[in-house]
Amino acid sequence: MAGIPHDHYEPTTGAEKWLHKRLPIVGLLYDTIMIPTPKNLNWMWIWGIILTFCLALQIVTGIVLVMHYTPHVDLAFASVEHIMRNVNGGYMLRYLHANGASLFFIAVYAHIFRGLYYGSYKAPREITWIIGMLIFLAMMGTAFMGYVLPWGQMSFWGATVITGLFGAIPLIGEPIQTWLLGGPAVDNATLNRFFSLHYLLPFVIAALVAVHIWAFHTTGNNNPTGVEVRRTSKADAEKDTVPFWPYFVIKDLFALAVILAVFFAIVGFMPNYLGHPDNYIEANPLSTPAHIVPEWYFLPFYAILRAFTADVWAVQFASFITGGIVDAKFFGVLAMFGAIAVMALAPWLDTSTVRSGRYRPTFKWCFWVLVVDFFALMWLGAMPAEEPYASFSLIASAYWFAYFLVILPLLGVIEKPLPRPATIEEDFEAHYGKSSNTTPAE
Amino acid sequence: MFKKLTLSALTALALSAGGAFAAGGEGHIEDFDFSFEGPFGTYDQMQLQRGLKVYTEVCAACHGLKFVPIRSLGEEGALGYSEDEVRAYAAQNFEVFDEELDDFRPARPADNFPENTGVGAPDLSLMAKARAGFHGPYGLGINQMVKGMGGAEYIASLLTGYTGETKEEAGVTLYANTAFPGGWISMAPPLAGEDVDFDDGHSNSLHHESQDVAAFLMWTAEPKMMARKQAGFVGVFFLVVLSVLLYLVNKRIWKPVKYGRKD
Repeated sequence: MAGIPHDHYEPTTGAEKWLHKRLPIVGLLYDTIMIPTPKNLNWMWIWGIILTFCLALQIVTGIVLVMHYTPHVDLAFASVEHIMRNVNGGYMLRYLHANGASLFFIAVYAHIFRGLYYGSYKAPREITWIIGMLIFLAMMGTAFMGYVLPWGQMSFWGATVITGLFGAIPLIGEPIQTWLLGGPAVDNATLNRFFSLHYLLPFVIAALVAVHIWAFHTTGNNNPTGVEVRRTSKADAEKDTVPFWPYFVIKDLFALAVILAVFFAIVGFMPNYLGHPDNYIEANPLSTPAHIVPEWYFLPFYAILRAFTADVWAVQFASFITGGIVDAKFFGVLAMFGAIAVMALAPWLDTSTVRSGRYRPTFKWCFWVLVVDFFALMWLGAMPAEEPYASFSLIASAYWFAYFLVILPLLGVIEKPLPRPATIEEDFEAHYGKSSNTTPAE
Repeated sequence: MFKKLTLSALTALALSAGGAFAAGGEGHIEDFDFSFEGPFGTYDQMQLQRGLKVYTEVCAACHGLKFVPIRSLGEEGALGYSEDEVRAYAAQNFEVFDEELDDFRPARPADNFPENTGVGAPDLSLMAKARAGFHGPYGLGINQMVKGMGGAEYIASLLTGYTGETKEEAGVTLYANTAFPGGWISMAPPLAGEDVDFDDGHSNSLHHESQDVAAFLMWTAEPKMMARKQAGFVGVFFLVVLSVLLYLVNKRIWKPVKYGRKD
């Protein structure tokens, strides 16, 4: 592994040498777990572990749930109730799995906004960022298909509306939609393929996570200063870093335990709070619910999807120059995927040479407005499609795009950044005092 | 396809919105006090027994409980009946179709409560989780966090919410109800008060009967609630202990890094 100089695994006994010559797996694990990590990482660097835990939790609970679940339109809903009532601990498995999805998304959003604030996406970590965006997309696909499996009213109608988005693509849209659904409408074929893919995708995510970790272990972690670890010598590097084990393993496990305590309180005391009551009604193709609302973690992007109605000038302009191929619905779909695409392009849209937002006074403001904007979109996604929410949605969507397409490129040119510490060591010692002579009171 | 669906969804939306406007929006849900509310809340066994009686003698005429196994009446954290009592209850009250016999036979504890689609009434197994009594404000979910989802409150409010007014629409009689969204429900008032005599001598006023059957339906929807809350407490307790220990370990191992090595 290139990068920060550090000690590598040296096999000592005969057996170790024998294995190491044939398969250097112990060395790989050693280098992974002992990786030099910037010692000034703050509490926003815990989310990676939380996310890894979430993936493991979802896979383990999911595998057991599959043992009792039946993917058939006539039996799926009843099999979930069978899990809730007759399977030992089944209610706990299901509530852990359902709320685990929410924890997963809380963690991923925190992780993404951490990356946006501290400029973790900037060179040389673009690949880490892009892989991360792919994981995010795969998570959304997995969560969406998983929500269909209980075959409640929201499962069915959510699937109908979301797969309908593909139908909005000009010319090829309807064939694609039919191909995705396995028929003209959401039915048994849809349920079965969603079940199959819902089981497959987490393992794809696991592989992507491995690549994500490989990538940032190659470049080294970013840190709150955005200043790189000194690589001039091992002694210099050791002034900026500590090994991942035990320092960050213990720190991350502490954070995980705190978050899991809150998570268990939600699972134990209010497991249906984040769900929708309509999903306790079995799917009925003949009865449309009054409000079709996606799960909370899709709401920001759902708001962007709905914001672009036919009376928005940008939509009319797009329709005019494409000769009507891009209508309001297709524009909405493009905007929704575009909202994620511009985020994925952040490494190339951000022109600032300063990595961390900590030393960018104007950027800081724009970033926090983006965070507020994200929550506003989440709220607007749950509101009915009427005034004044429609106008608010449009403004909030516009800011999302403006942040990535206008503010990031422009700020790098016009903003005057604050002075940065020369090294990570300097930043760390500014917090905790000189390591040489200060002995604070116990 | 999508256009058609959107159109029908829009129409449904417009229709339901129209209905809601005509009746003054969402129904009014009274915040009944239930013993199972909050993290420490438990089911009141006597109340569940009374609720079962209301269900058996009144609701079961039109509604089913098809997801609920009869044996679960005798499970831990349920109604507290013995195995014999559950067997007697099943045999006395319900008949189920047995495919092996090709005929109806008295129900056994291993059977589920029968489904009942005779008059098109919805199944009640999950009704208390399929309705939210409390919403908002402004879609923020604060009310649900404070008061709970309110499914049982919705049921009790519905049963006590009849005003006595009726109207005919397309040959169907509709009854005015303050809790039902839209204000008009096709179910005739099922309870009037003093419909059922309770074995424990508890009041059988409309208010009490409604609240008891609502509590019973909360149990049918969430029979493992007490075990779940217990697991929640155990989980939270051990995780808090673990957090404290990890906090101390973390503080200790970082001390030399942060404040100088004292080897």
